[in-house]
Amino acid sequence: MDSVKKKAKELLENQSVNLIIGYGEGSDQNVRTIFISQADEVDQLIYDERCVQNLAFYLMKHEVKHLGKLGIVAPLPVMRSILQIASECQIKEENLVVLGITSKGELIETTGFKDIENYIASCELDLPANEKEIIAKLDAMTVEERWTFWTNELSRCIKCYACRAACPMCYCTRCQVECNNPQWVTVEATPMGNLEWHFMRAMHLTGRCVNCGECARACPLKIPINLLTYKTVMTVKSQFNMVAGTLANMDSVLSSYKTDDKENFIR
Amino acid sequence: MNIENKLLKQTSLEKLIVKLKEEGKQIFAPVIKNDQVEFAEISAMQEMTEDYIVTVQSAKAVVFPKVEKLFDFQTTKDNVTIVEKDINAIPEIVLLGARPCDAAGFDALNAIFTWDHLNDNIFVERLKKTTIIGISCSKFDGKCFCTSVNGNPGATKGSDILLTKIENGNYLAEIITEKGQAIVTKYSDLFEVATEVDKKKFIADVPVKFDLKIILDKIPGAFENKVWVKQSLRCISCGACAYVCPTCACFDIQDINNGHEGHRKRSWDSCGFGLFTIHTSGHNPREVQSQRWRQRVMHKFAYMPERQQVVGCVGCGRCSRSCPADMNLKEHLINLAEEVAK
Amino acid sequence: MSQENIYKPYLMRIESIAEEAPFVKTFRLKFINEEDANAFTFKTGQFGEYSVIGEGESTFCIASSPTKKGYIECTFRQAGKVTSALYRRDVGDIIGFRGPYGNIFPIDEWKGKNLLFIAGGIALPPMRSVIWNCLDLRENYKDVTIVYGAKTVADLVYKEELREWEHRPDVNLITTVDPGGETPDWKGKIGFVPTVLSQEITSSDNTIAIVCGPPIMIKFTMPVLEKLGFKNEDVYTTLENRMKCGFGKCGRCNVGKVFICKDGPVFTLKQLKELPAEY
Repeated sequence: MDSVKKKAKELLENQSVNLIIGYGEGSDQNVRTIFISQADEVDQLIYDERCVQNLAFYLMKHEVKHLGKLGIVAPLPVMRSILQIASECQIKEENLVVLGITSKGELIETTGFKDIENYIASCELDLPANEKEIIAKLDAMTVEERWTFWTNELSRCIKCYACRAACPMCYCTRCQVECNNPQWVTVEATPMGNLEWHFMRAMHLTGRCVNCGECARACPLKIPINLLTYKTVMTVKSQFNMVAGTLANMDSVLSSYKTDDKENFIR
Repeated sequence: MNIENKLLKQTSLEKLIVKLKEEGKQIFAPVIKNDQVEFAEISAMQEMTEDYIVTVQSAKAVVFPKVEKLFDFQTTKDNVTIVEKDINAIPEIVLLGARPCDAAGFDALNAIFTWDHLNDNIFVERLKKTTIIGISCSKFDGKCFCTSVNGNPGATKGSDILLTKIENGNYLAEIITEKGQAIVTKYSDLFEVATEVDKKKFIADVPVKFDLKIILDKIPGAFENKVWVKQSLRCISCGACAYVCPTCACFDIQDINNGHEGHRKRSWDSCGFGLFTIHTSGHNPREVQSQRWRQRVMHKFAYMPERQQVVGCVGCGRCSRSCPADMNLKEHLINLAEEVAK
Repeated sequence: MSQENIYKPYLMRIESIAEEAPFVKTFRLKFINEEDANAFTFKTGQFGEYSVIGEGESTFCIASSPTKKGYIECTFRQAGKVTSALYRRDVGDIIGFRGPYGNIFPIDEWKGKNLLFIAGGIALPPMRSVIWNCLDLRENYKDVTIVYGAKTVADLVYKEELREWEHRPDVNLITTVDPGGETPDWKGKIGFVPTVLSQEITSSDNTIAIVCGPPIMIKFTMPVLEKLGFKNEDVYTTLENRMKCGFGKCGRCNVGKVFICKDGPVFTLKQLKELPAEY
């Protein structure tokens, strides 16, 4: 982290940024997001295997955005989220300094999104082996078995929306479930209503999810909802040969078309 | 009524559970499910676990379910019929394994649902039909702070019977209320004479972390304090804290319409959600998270103590354990006590 | 249920519908159950939760005076899901009503005083109840002045009643529309309500002021009243917030420790100034 701390100190001292978002020590061996605005605070920055929260969420948070020009410590999932959010025109390159870091916490020298794209292109973006195994298990089930699995899991959901809150891609100021005219998805937690919510969310994340896993981590009941969106990631890769969060200016998978698309019904 | 002490042997508790089940009561106890400990219905003691600090979710769902039907209705072109809920059909429940903090939480819920002599009779009936057999805490973790909010790991408040595990797997049973006494009287052969027990030996020693008096005294005047923005900067507004909290009872009312029939429901909501207070015009009195964080803390530590004479927090620490952003409430309260004392 | 279910609404039949202004309607509602009709009482200032059973509930004041027996009225603008469903109702349809909730205008305390009612746009409905209540007990009060304005002539609500108040010798009615909102045959004033207020009213002596309007109107009206010498405890207004239960349990409508549904919606300016900026 020394290279990161050095850079952070520089940025704050020469006022290139007003605030740096990073990981710091929390309570009882937890890690929490810290916001440092003074050069002498950079020693609070840490990075280890506990640092999994997707900090890109804070780039869209009102109180944080308004603190001025932001810097952000960015391991791979955060870098990918940043590129995806930039693809969706939610942040501008010139308003953000990205302190990209390797999995060992070493600073990646980047001067803009192009450098981040190049770094990501050099990384292995496949799902980790254990997650692929669980998905393979689900894939091997019959439709009825899989349906039973998901209805059982999702009936536990209490509709607290922690999954939505933790996801940097869920930044809609009025989520579909918050529309009441018409009421697309029922408000309270019923088994069918829970399915509607989670399937709808998975569809809205198709082509946008960067498999950071925050949704499952935030769930107070530890429902493995990340598996739904992970599956969409795999499907999008195989069907469209696209992976979210790899380019700063990527077309949206489900809502853009080109005249040379392989599906001929569009022509 | 004076608290009476009895001895409840492990084997007797096993039998008691079976007997209560035979009576037709539903028994909810902590059960290991999906690597977590949650309250679930049991029929025998071996289904439950005693290896937990607190369950992930609180026990409030037995009296304040996540979804509660208020009434059914049928509509035709010219007529609307409302079909009332049969509260006599609400089942009798035994909540076994509630921690003293859980039991204290029911007091706060009751204060809300019976405030100002206006009773939510569905809630009142559920509470009436719930018997709480609490179990004291022999251990605690860094998120617990019951002793800082007028509680303690062996407190009897809110329980009908409080069990404390003593030697040989047996329990000291403190019979606290008439509801508890009714069980003891009915199954008197299971409850034996208690020997002299120093209960303190078997109860965790949770250190007090902040002076509640300072908080209760100074928070009402702290509305404009800058501490709220600072504390809530990392909050992601997810709502998990309110949903797992034993004293949070904010709710939404929705109509479910299936054409010519449907029902009106009450369901859990959270003041932490962005659109909780939004007007149809689009105006939102609490537009940003720091305002909502302030509301959450002030509601529990300023408004409820003043209006309903009860502190809206029992120090169970569930909010801190479920928070994906490490918004440790105990830590925030310690910080708050320092800031407001300045 | 042997005990009262506080969430259960009365069933009301729509006896008449008046179209007040674009997207604004007034319903006159009669209790379907005669026992309910006879037992029901309320005081001016109180509100209720009106519902289209199956769509949801919406909060409006009771716009009729308690002196009128056998029916209640409400006025609302079509804005969201429930108000749109209400807007589509016909005469004879059934509406749900829960209430009365909230606190009251203390009209007994105002006996022997002059009354100055100031309202803007769609905020006349909460005032209509108290205006009529006072006019039905006219001998209790001295001068009664009503200053009411809206954006345009079409936006003025209760046009029939305005005509009636205009012709009453014991009421001084001043109506105004915003500059540009007048029609060729408009005979009232032209100007924003606070401006007209400062031009037409010269004294606060022995007078109670009751003000209801959009936040921007209130913001500019209060200084005018202050300049005229009104004491904060003699100026009344109503607040609104998003509500669900209406009786202090769902935790939604509080401004600081004050619940709009229990401690309001009626507040004096003195009480308003003590509230945190959360409304």
